[in-house]
Order: sequence, then C-alpha cells, then structure tokens
Amino acid sequence: MTALDILLIRDFRKLALQGLAIALILACGVAILLTAFGMHRALIDTRDAYYERNRFADVFVQTRRAPLRLVDELRQITGVVAVEPRVQGMAVLNLPGRTALAMGQLLSWPADDDPLLNLPILRQGLPPRRMGETMVSDAFAQANGLSIGDHLEANINGQRRSLTITGTAVSPEFIYTIGPGALMPDNAGFGVLWLPEADMAAAFDMAGAVNHLAFRLSHDAFVPDILDQIDTLLDPYGGLGAYGRDRQLSDSFVSTEINQLRAMATVVPPVFFAISAFLVGMVMSRIVMLDRAQIGLLKALGYADGRIAQHYLLLAGLIAMIAVGLGWGAGGLLARAMAGQYAQFFDFPYLIFRVPAWVYGASGMAALATTMAGALRAALMAAGLPPAVAMQPPAPPAFRHTMADRWMARLALHQTSIMVLRSLIRWPLRSALTALGLGAATAAVIASGFMFGALERIIDLAFNQSYRQDAMILFTGDIPQTALIDIGRLPGVMQAEPQQFHAATLIHGAHEKRVSIEARPPDTELSQIIDTAGHPVTAPPGGILLSDRLARQLNLHVGETVEVQFHTGRRESHDMVVSGLVAQYFGLGAYVDIDTIDRLFRRSAQMTVANVQLNPQATVDLHAALQDMPVSAGLIEMTKNRQSFQDTIRENVVVVNTVYLVIAVLIAVGVAYNAARILMSERARELASLRIMGFSRAEASLVLVGETMLIAVIAQPLGWALGAWIAWALSRGFTSDLYAIPLVLEPANFAWASLVVLAASLASVLIVRRQIDRMDLVRVLKTRE
Amino acid sequence: MTMPDQIVFRTEALTKTYETGGIQLHALAGVDLTLYAGEFAVLLGPSGSGKSTLLNILGGLDHATSGHVWFRDLDLTTLGDRALTRYRRDHVGFVFQFYNLVASLSARENVQLVTDVARRPMDAAEALDRVGLAARRDHFPAELSGGEQQRVAIARAIAKRPEVLLCDEPTGALDSKTGVTVLKVLADINASLGTTTIVITHNAAIRGMAHRVIHFADGKIAAVTVNDARLSPEHISW
Repeated sequence: MTALDILLIRDFRKLALQGLAIALILACGVAILLTAFGMHRALIDTRDAYYERNRFADVFVQTRRAPLRLVDELRQITGVVAVEPRVQGMAVLNLPGRTALAMGQLLSWPADDDPLLNLPILRQGLPPRRMGETMVSDAFAQANGLSIGDHLEANINGQRRSLTITGTAVSPEFIYTIGPGALMPDNAGFGVLWLPEADMAAAFDMAGAVNHLAFRLSHDAFVPDILDQIDTLLDPYGGLGAYGRDRQLSDSFVSTEINQLRAMATVVPPVFFAISAFLVGMVMSRIVMLDRAQIGLLKALGYADGRIAQHYLLLAGLIAMIAVGLGWGAGGLLARAMAGQYAQFFDFPYLIFRVPAWVYGASGMAALATTMAGALRAALMAAGLPPAVAMQPPAPPAFRHTMADRWMARLALHQTSIMVLRSLIRWPLRSALTALGLGAATAAVIASGFMFGALERIIDLAFNQSYRQDAMILFTGDIPQTALIDIGRLPGVMQAEPQQFHAATLIHGAHEKRVSIEARPPDTELSQIIDTAGHPVTAPPGGILLSDRLARQLNLHVGETVEVQFHTGRRESHDMVVSGLVAQYFGLGAYVDIDTIDRLFRRSAQMTVANVQLNPQATVDLHAALQDMPVSAGLIEMTKNRQSFQDTIRENVVVVNTVYLVIAVLIAVGVAYNAARILMSERARELASLRIMGFSRAEASLVLVGETMLIAVIAQPLGWALGAWIAWALSRGFTSDLYAIPLVLEPANFAWASLVVLAASLASVLIVRRQIDRMDLVRVLKTRE
Repeated sequence: MTMPDQIVFRTEALTKTYETGGIQLHALAGVDLTLYAGEFAVLLGPSGSGKSTLLNILGGLDHATSGHVWFRDLDLTTLGDRALTRYRRDHVGFVFQFYNLVASLSARENVQLVTDVARRPMDAAEALDRVGLAARRDHFPAELSGGEQQRVAIARAIAKRPEVLLCDEPTGALDSKTGVTVLKVLADINASLGTTTIVITHNAAIRGMAHRVIHFADGKIAAVTVNDARLSPEHISW
C-alpha cells in the first residue's frame, strides 16, 4: 500500500458521515434505477415471451351469433394469420364451502386439438374433453382450495349444471383478471372456466356458430384496416366491434404497469443522481481548499498533477462504491417486494423476477459517473494548484458592498444576521443549489402525499355519491323491468332499481370512442350521476351526459350533438345532445335516460342489472336464491368492492408514501448536513472568535444554524411549486381510459411536507452544532487556516 | 503602573496537566503570579513554556487542573462554561496572531459584533479611530493589509472597554514596521484607557516597552524583571 493509498483511507475516514449522507441519496437513485429498470425489463421480456409462445391474439371481437362458415372468410382478410372461433359466456358459480356466489367467465375448448390462439398453460391435470368437465384458472382454484376431481355448481344461461374440475391453467389472456364491475382482482370471486366446445355450444345455443373470435395478425399488418374489415363481415351477426390488444383488459393493465415502471426508471433516478453530484462537488471542493497545504507538499515531493487529481476522484469513487453497495442491496429488497406485488395481481407462468446482471452494472456505472462528474471540478482545482501557492493560506474570501447592504442597514440587523445574509449573497449559486436540493425533498413529500387526498376523493365520489347500492344483480341479458317486483321479493332486498348497460361507439367529427353507456330512470336513489359541480344530475330525455375526460377526448362541449352508434338492441345510430358533464374517475362514462333507450330501441321497459339495497343479515339466503334464479348471471357486491379497493390502494399508498418520506428525509439530511458541515469548516475561526468575544454557544452557532435553516425556509416555496408540478404530472401520467387520479392538494399537504423537511434539516444542523460546541476554541484560532 | 495596589489577577499554585498517550505533560507547574491594574506585562519564553496556557486560563478559555486564579474577587477556577462566557463578554479583550476577523463583515461591523453585546461599549467609530483606522471603517478584511487587519482586531477587542487585554503574539505575523504600529496602538490603549495589557511573545525586542517582563520556562516563572525605564514602541525593531 502506497503512502497515498493510506492517505486516501484516512481522508475517507474523516469524511465518513458526510460521505454516508451523500451515499444514501445516491443509493436511492441506484436502488430505484435497479428496481424500476430491472422490473421493466423483466415484465417486458416475460410478457413478450409469454405472448409469443402461447400465441396471444392481436385482435378480439365479440358478436351475438356468427355462423362458423364465416371463419373462412375472416381468415382471407389480408394480414390475418390465424382465427380462433370461440363461444364465451358468464356463469354464476356455487363453490363447495363458499357461501358467497362466484362469477365465472366461460370459454369453449376445441374438441379435437388445443386452441390455436391464447393457448393456456396447464398447471395441473388435463383440459376438459367430455361433457360436464371444466378446466379452471389456477389463481381461482388456489384461492378457493379447488383441486382436480372437485365439483362445482354453475348456473349457465339459466341451466343448472354440475361441473368436474379436470385441470388448472394460466392464460396469456388473463394475466390480470378482473371480474365485471370489479375495481380490483378478486381471485376467489371471479375465475375463468374452460368447457368443452360442445358443452358451450349446447349451453349458449351456439351449434354451428360462435360469439367470440380472436385473431393473430402478421407483423406488418395494418390493424385499423383489419378491424374495419372484420366489423364489416360481422356486422350482420351482431358484431360488437373488433378491438386490438390496447383494449384487451388484461393486456392494458400489464402495459400500463410497464409504462409506469419506465416513467419511474427515467424520471426519478436522475433527480437523485443530480443531487448527489452537486453534494459531492460541494464537499470535494471544500476538502481541496482545506488540503491546500497537503497538496502543495505532495507536489513539492514530486507527485504529478494527474496523481493528485486521481486522489480526489478516488475519494469520490469510494462514496460511489458505498452508494452502489447500499443501492444494490436496497434495490434487491425492493425488487423482491415488487415481485410480491406482481405475484398478487398478475398471473404469469414464469415471471423472471431476477434483475438482469447488466442492469446492476449500468446502475453502478451511473453512480460512479455521477460522483466523478461531481468531483471533477474539485479534482482539476487540486491538480491546478501551483505548489507554492498551495502551501500558503488562501486569501480571505473577498466581500463587496452590495445593494443589499442598504436595506440591511435600514433593518438595523444584528451583525450575526448580516454574516448570514452576506454569505448567502456571496455564494448565490451554492445557496440556490442547496435550496433546490431541500426543495426537492419537500417536493418528494408533496408528490407522494397528494395520493391520500386523491384516494379519499375517488372513494367518496365513487361509493358515497355515485354507486351507493349495496350490490348489483346481473342478468344473462336484458330482461323486462317488471321483473323488479320479483327482485324485490328476494331475501334481504330492501330496495331495487333498474339500470341498463349498452356497448356503443360515440362519434364526433374525426374523434370516436367505444364506451359503455349507462341508462337509469330519472329518480334513482341508489346509483346516481354526479356533475362536475358535485350535484346529482339526471340525463334529460334524448340527451346524453358525458364524463369530462370523455368529452375532452371527443372534443365535445355541452349543447353539441354526438352520434351514438349502439352495438346492442337494433344496432342503430342516433344523434344525441350533450346535456351535461359528469365527474368520474373510473372509466369513460356516458349516461342516458333509460326510457329514451327503450324508446330508441322500440321495446318495452328493460334492464341489464338491478341495483339493490340489502339487509346484510340475509346475504347467505340471497346468494342461495340467486343461484336458483334462471336469469341471474351474477352478483356484484359494491361493499366488498369498496373494501378491497380501499384496502389494496391504501396499502399501496401507505407503502409508496413511506418510501417517499424516507427518501425526502434522506435528501434533506444529506443536503442540510453537508451544507452545515461545509459552513462549519469555512467558519470555524469566525465561530471561535465569536465564542471568545463572549458570545454564548447558542448565539455563535446561530450563524451556522441560521444560514442553513434560512436556506431551508427559502427552499419551501420552491419545493411547494416543484411538488405541485410533480403531483400534477403524476396525476396526468396515471390517467388512462381505465381510471383518472384527481389532483388533490390541500394546504395540509404543503404544511406537512415543509414540517418534515424543516425538521430533518434542523436535526442535521443540530448534529453539526454539537460539533461546534465541542470545538477547541484556542486551537482553531491559533492555526493558520 | 498607575495603581500598583489594585490587583487584577492573582494565581495561586496554578497547574495545568495534559495527558497524551499515558504521559502527563505539565504545561503549568505551580504558578503564583499577581498582575496589577493598568499594568503592561510581557510574558516571554520559548514555546511549550506555559505562557499561552496561562493566558488562556486568565482569559477564561481553559480550566486549570489545580490551584486558583482570581480576577479581582472572582475565582475563575470555580466557574462553569456559561459563567466563563459571561466573564469573557464583560471583562476580557483578546488579540491573536492571526487576526480572526469575520470576512463577511466590514471593519466597523466587526467591531460592532462586540459593541452590540457589551455592557458599556465605546462607539465602534471611536474604537477604530483609536487604532487609526477611521478612514478604512467600511472596508472588508480582504481589502485591508495585515497590519490594518490586526488593528481592527485590537479595536474590536477594546471596544467593550475591557479591564484586561490579552494578546497572543500580536505581531507574530507582521513585519517589523507594521508590528511597531500595532505595538504603538497597544501602548496607547494601555496608557489612555488604563487597560491591563498582557502580551505573549517570542520576540525579546518587545520586552522593553513593558512595566514588567515575566520569564517562563518549563511551566514555571523563571524570573520577573521590572523595567525602570520603558522603551517607546518607536524605538523597537526586529
């Protein structure tokens, strides 16, 4: 070990606390980069491999009843490589040992061979071959403790059937499984069941016909053209409009997650790297200043400039090494936690949760490059010091009178206050960057904290104001509203209201959007529509209410006319006037009057679902009664929905907030501690002089505490603005057709963020203050500098 | 000496021991000394002889290991940190070899640091006037020469009208000519304000201007000489 190596280790030991504070911030960047980037790659790789190997379809279409012979024609469309005709439907399931009803998505399994597309991977047993057999989704089987050979009761299209489980499987179509009307996956309450083709054809009256088709396209296919051609061919058979993967529910959730990870990997780590680089630069410059004599000595002894610069770069490199070690460790843990989350929500057959080795390498290099960039100026400064000058003490920093002096005089400030202010003005860039660093900490708290308020507002609007029913009873198709009388007689039902859902395409000029239209009577109490001002509204006859996001997408304003192309009923197009805008955070809603629909469809009063208010004591009886009711296709329990939504989201929000809070504190401590340490080393003599002149410890250290805390206070408005902007960007970024996150920023958000950062800064500065208290006054004043 | 009977400092068997690596180092090994009001005393001796340690204890910057030191009737050895701070603030002025001015404050503001907290200070302008720097009062330390900076430091030390002025190598960093101006300022202050002035120095040339010269060796007072005729600073050079 050379003398310089020993010196390096000694220097580093002196720097330990400051280095650690920087390393922790840098480690955050490394950990987040590692996790987000690694997970991003892992998810993409897994998804792509899964889709490719198991031939996930590119296009899907639902139709009322299309003859099988049409499949040949569809296959002729240029760009279509394969077509998978299927029968699908919904069923109410009665599981052994479960009182609540479950819902099943049924899919036909080809008689002679495996499916061409969306090929499930068997986890256990065999696919269904004979009548009365079924293969169920693996997560559903596990959540309900079902195994091969178990029986379950199903109400399929009004017929009661007993099914025997022959196997369990996962499918690329159902990586993310969410039941109709549900906000969160519920593996116990909703599952996918594959039944033999013949069984499905018999149950849904589809002999020689299908009601669902999946298409695989060639790589160069132009999707919009193909969608149009499919729609043209299927239109006479009740086609509901072909759609690509972007509207396939499971894929859009997976893709949204992937996009969010990418956004996180590209936006968040650079912030940490930038703050670290700034801190390294600040600390290293100061060290070079303090080491002047040592640098001069080394040069006098014959060490080359390059070797001196290298010494300081290596010193910064040691900080990077600690950061990388911490970052990799934390990143590994974070990745595992995230993998746990994915395992909960996504059903991949073989998700590779291992972060690729090169991502470790890349994050390490990024951290190293960051510290090198930060230390470069200081290293060059050291290399550039001529030996003779380096051995002399630096001249006192030159201060000049400025404009500020006049108002400082007018305010009759105390000399210690003048010291603080002059120092801020003398090094404006350093002060500004320190403020920016502390502002970033405040921003981090605000940017994550807004989620709490957003969640409260979403829940309030969705469950307290809009969907106030306890449950929705689903039917196999539209049934007459007169059945409400029977619904009202079901056990536990205290109130029942009708509602219809219709798939439709809204067209306005060049804009069009496929939506689900909700229709209600004007005087509903359970399920209500809330306008943007927060008041319940009803759609007037002939009018349509749109969610504000939908109206924006279609460039529609109140009073304008929109063409509504219904995919249900008589599949006609009607012009409707936009009569109002509605606040909504889930989906893109459109609302009309229920009588208007029935009139347009030229039919008697119908309903797709019944919204009910329930006596909670009678739930078991209700489930049993629904199991026996031929027209019932399922029950959506809003209370359960709300609970699982609240629990899941709140848990996530708490985790995210805690992470951000820790990050904010790390940044605040890192910046404030280093800033105060540097001030202390620059001001040691002045502080000692004050003490000797008879200033008390508190009075003397006020100079240092005051300067750092003044910067921290100045940083707050900056942090508020930055945080509000990030929160706004996040709420925009999270908003998709599936849901929207409102930007809810209360004064309490800002106050809390500032409190956290100011407290963390103060704690850091007080640690430094303790060092001042222990300062050897005489020694400080008698050393040459 | 104007009032030889008025005692400012009195020490009795004063010792100070440092322990480094198991070895006991006697910086002061039983010092008995009396210093009088208005006296100009020079402490002379090689480094390590204990003179700085004595000065630090007299100034309330350090604690004695044993023995006693009184400032008038106040036993400094019984005081805690807070009381010592109070003592320094009210009674003592310090001047160091390196001027230790606050870089971000102008000459006048550096003096104001003291006048703002002292009980009956003189005006900052007056203090600067006394050291001959009235014209340079708005300059920052970086804009002043070494001698000027030291004179600001002296102005800052005397502005509170301290009873004692403790100077540790006040001319150590200065050339002979500049040093003499500084010594002249010290002599003037001593004469006009009657401030007891204690100067530590290596520089034997300075001893001629003292009332008494106290020689230190090995932590003890080796000799005390009284100058019957004092030299004026103008006649000193090195």
